[in-house]
Amino acid sequence: MYLLHAAILAPFVLAALVPAIRKGTKKIHTGWIVLVLPVLLFVNFLRYLPVVRNDVTETFSLPWIPSLGIDFTVYLDGLGLLFALLITGIGALVVLYSIYYLDPEQEAIHRFYLYLLLFMGAMLGIVLSDNMIVLYTFWELTSISSFLLIAFWYERDRSRYGALKSMLITVLGGFAMLAGFVVLHSMTGTWSIRETIAMVAEVQGHPLFLLAMILILLGAFTKSAQFPFHIWLPDAMEAPTPVSAYLHSATMVKAGIYLVARFSPVFAGEAEWFWIVSLVGIITMCYGSILAVKQTDLKALLAYSTISQLGLIMSLFGAGSAAVYYGYGEESMIYAAATTAAIFHLINHATFKGALFMVAGIVDHETGTRDIRRLGGLISLMPISFTVACISGFSMAGVPPFNGYLSKEMFLEAMVELTHLHIFELGTWGILFPILAFLGSVFTFVYSMILIFKTFRGPLQKDKLGITPHEAPAGMLISPMILAICVVAIGLFPNMLSYSIIEPAMRSVLPSLVAPGEHFDVHISFWHGFTPALFMTIGVIGLGTVLYLLLNRWKGVYAMYPEKLTWNHLYDSLLRYGEKASRALTDAYMNRSARNYLVYIFGFMVIVLGAALWRADVLSLITPDTAPVNIYEIVLIVLLVISAVAVPFARQRLIAVIMTGAVGYLVTLFFVLFRAPDLALTQMIIETVSVVLFLLCFYHMPELRREVNTQRYRSLNIVIAISVGVIVTLISLSASGSSNFESIADYFVKNSHDLGGGDNVVNVILVDFRGFDTMLEITVLGIASLGIYSMIQLQLQGRDAGARI
Amino acid sequence: MEVWMSIAIGILFAVAVYLILSRSLLRIILGTSILTHGVHLLLLTMSRLKTGAPPLLGEESGTYVDPLPQALILTSIVINFGVTAFFFVLAYRSYIRLKTDDMEEVKRKGGQ
Repeated sequence: MYLLHAAILAPFVLAALVPAIRKGTKKIHTGWIVLVLPVLLFVNFLRYLPVVRNDVTETFSLPWIPSLGIDFTVYLDGLGLLFALLITGIGALVVLYSIYYLDPEQEAIHRFYLYLLLFMGAMLGIVLSDNMIVLYTFWELTSISSFLLIAFWYERDRSRYGALKSMLITVLGGFAMLAGFVVLHSMTGTWSIRETIAMVAEVQGHPLFLLAMILILLGAFTKSAQFPFHIWLPDAMEAPTPVSAYLHSATMVKAGIYLVARFSPVFAGEAEWFWIVSLVGIITMCYGSILAVKQTDLKALLAYSTISQLGLIMSLFGAGSAAVYYGYGEESMIYAAATTAAIFHLINHATFKGALFMVAGIVDHETGTRDIRRLGGLISLMPISFTVACISGFSMAGVPPFNGYLSKEMFLEAMVELTHLHIFELGTWGILFPILAFLGSVFTFVYSMILIFKTFRGPLQKDKLGITPHEAPAGMLISPMILAICVVAIGLFPNMLSYSIIEPAMRSVLPSLVAPGEHFDVHISFWHGFTPALFMTIGVIGLGTVLYLLLNRWKGVYAMYPEKLTWNHLYDSLLRYGEKASRALTDAYMNRSARNYLVYIFGFMVIVLGAALWRADVLSLITPDTAPVNIYEIVLIVLLVISAVAVPFARQRLIAVIMTGAVGYLVTLFFVLFRAPDLALTQMIIETVSVVLFLLCFYHMPELRREVNTQRYRSLNIVIAISVGVIVTLISLSASGSSNFESIADYFVKNSHDLGGGDNVVNVILVDFRGFDTMLEITVLGIASLGIYSMIQLQLQGRDAGARI
Repeated sequence: MEVWMSIAIGILFAVAVYLILSRSLLRIILGTSILTHGVHLLLLTMSRLKTGAPPLLGEESGTYVDPLPQALILTSIVINFGVTAFFFVLAYRSYIRLKTDDMEEVKRKGGQ
């Protein structure tokens, strides 16, 4: 049974076929053919509901890299199924919506569907994979396909900027996550998530536990746009609206939440996990909702609201992890309610946020603008869109009887419950959670009202709109209407989800709290008495209404926040200064002066060789068993040194050349003295030819000038030159003192006559024993002469010289 | 004897490096030339300067000097000659083209 593999891979196969489909079917919108797949997959996943509910989970494995323990293992449990249903369900609705949104005549829709299907497959791969490396692979695929989708209109600057930003941030987190997986692997020796969960006792006591946790959370936070990595999400709104609805509200941004939920069984129960996840979540929730009020662009507002809602879900998963601390029993169930709320809100958010994005897309499509300041009075022109916006908006604000009310109520309750907790030092700081939650909820209410009423109520500003506004075509309205119906239906009958989806998902997140065969008690009730959460909701609605009505009075506060302190400014300057600093660093040492590079090379040589001599302790100044000192040689050495040292002091090029020639001829004499007749012959001839060549070439070149250099330049040169000389001398002295092995010279001397048939041993070595050297040295001479010939003959001019050769 | 040779070789290296670090192309080429001589002498010295007959078997001597470094140096001399000759002509051509032999000016003109 590899149906799950087929479900993951089917979108990729279809993606490959999309361009051909578009070519083949000119008359039908390609989207209709694409639509079939998510619908089929959705129906297929629905079939698993009873299976998962009865706790029958199966795994299927395809070997991928067996030698490294990496297999393409898929696994379907409550959490995976919940996400799979969201991905395929909303995917189908988004494809349907995009059919009416994108014009096949003007847009490259084959590219659009290719990327979208790529994304859908990758996302299914994330939620169904059991192997961490496979999960990571699909994770990066979502980053890449999201990058491609954001820059769908690649001719726009803002699109490219947004795509690059989201890529940099999510890939940064992805790498951190990979590192976290590797650390986990080093603790447990397995790549399988379920096997890791089984070894949870070993993992939690391990010294690398915290490192793995932080790295994996970094991946989750960047993907789910948590504070302070949220900055990519508002810029990703340059994507076509169906993409924003799908990726940046319902699915991809929930990948991080999925990761947190999936790894909860490994990390939950520890204070660090609780604090990081719930604190980052609640701060994101508050921060996102406060900034959303400031936005004037519909999609930017929705982006910040997504950030805020994701923070809400994240903080609930953090709060739910406290239950694990208490272990199996009654007490933990109070805190496990937070996890219920998290999963419930996850579903609710996907429904109402998808609908809101689609409405924003409709408004943009039918009026030509998304700017709230230019919109208004659309209520009578677009009644259906208004209804959908109303339902989803109120749901987002947490107003009864919609589903958002229920999950918001559960959220507030869970946050209040945290103050009663006496673990993890919550006694002192726990009060922070309900306060931030309340504040965030108030602002959530305010921006939801702005979204609904500033867009649809008030005067119609016809002169500011590009086109005459009218209601969208029916096809475009189907998807948001279906989502709005879900919002109402879940709101009125929340318990239809509780045992079919939420309970199995809870069992995946908190497996240690239920015995096998048992089930959580999930009951979402509309009315649960006069609880603190109810009063908080009343407070939220009351205070929110007051703030909304007085919006113009206090909105000026936002202008007081300096631009320089925003996270976007930080990101931009990080990129800019990073580039500047690396350029400055490179320019500082790569100044294109050959002399400079030679200073590095020689300096490095002196330091490394000097250090090696010192550390190996082989420095010896007196070499034993040396040849006797000979008066001729001493005279030659003195002459050699004098003529060499004279070269730098020569003012005329002729003297310099002749002094160099003198060095060469003295070397010849050394060869004579040291009994090397062939060397002496060759050296003499070559030195003569070299001097002639020197004179030939430099006859045309200018006289030597006195070099005008600064004192520092000259003294550095002298220091380096002398240290190189000293190092060479020291190495030469140290090396010649320790000959460990006998020379192989005897072999050549003995066998030269018998094997090589010659008495001149050097020549026999050159052409017989080591003939290869000679062959290649002849080649070198040949190449040099050809090079010289072509340099003189082929006098190509200008820049195109290289091209013409 | 090796001690004296080592010192002489060190001085050759120092002079060569000093020349290579200078700005004039002519001095740089002279420097590489001297560097080569230093390397050749180093090769010879490192194989011990023991006295013996030249490696010609007709000499009928008991000991010969080591023939292998000589073969190596011979190869090196020839290769070095090829490279130096190429370098000469390159310097000549670059002077004709750029009208300077100052490395700092070559850097400025070459970068355009």
